[in-house]
Amino acid sequence: MPVVRIPSVLRAHTGGAAQVEVDGGTVGEILDALTRDHPGLADQVVEGGRIRGFVNVYVDDEDVRYLSGLDTPVAAGAEVAIMPAVAGGAD
Amino acid sequence: MLRSSAAPSPATPAPSPSDDTPLTEDEPPFRLDRPTVDALVGHSWSDFPYEVCGLLGTDATGRIHHFPITNAERSMTYYVMQPKELLQAMRTIEDAGWDLAIYHSHTHTEAYPSRTDIELAAYPEATYLIVTLQDRDAPAIRAFRIEDGVVTERPVVVAS
Repeated sequence: MPVVRIPSVLRAHTGGAAQVEVDGGTVGEILDALTRDHPGLADQVVEGGRIRGFVNVYVDDEDVRYLSGLDTPVAAGAEVAIMPAVAGGAD
Repeated sequence: MLRSSAAPSPATPAPSPSDDTPLTEDEPPFRLDRPTVDALVGHSWSDFPYEVCGLLGTDATGRIHHFPITNAERSMTYYVMQPKELLQAMRTIEDAGWDLAIYHSHTHTEAYPSRTDIELAAYPEATYLIVTLQDRDAPAIRAFRIEDGVVTERPVVVAS
């Protein structure tokens, strides 16, 4: 089963767990199952059926934005990582 | 090019007329060391006039580990940490249990969080550092907590 890595900033929503196992064959299925098991993550990660802006989702370290987004396939032994973007600016 | 070596005390918070955030007694100082200050200022000059960014991890002994990260926007007024580099650096810092600091440079404005910085600050446990090159001869670094839109400054102390 794929493992989802939860950054420390979001672990309040997983009872402190840094990694959770989630069943699914695509990023979309994984995120659906993840937010079903941990509803507090839903607002943090998805919005209107899409990955939120300023949230990075990776499969085996590759940003899914450059793969197939929510349709990106996730192998059984893969690691999915979620990480709020770090951004800002001087304006 | 490390122009910071010529700059007097670059981490000394400069008086700033345009913000009124008090230094509170509650916020512990953020500790930097001279090599890290020089590295941050050197990194900030390295892609001038574009903003640069990166992470610092402070271990239990106080040693600071520096992770420069590519600004995916390569902009003078905006930064987005390159996602893959961010993941790798953040993973190293989290797995080691180091204290997290997030830095970026302002090349033309003061070292104070902008509206954009505050809106996009997603790591309340982190210390946000801003390096300013606004005064070309005296780069400065200031440190802040940003939680739920509230900015609190931390004094910066540079170990000699």
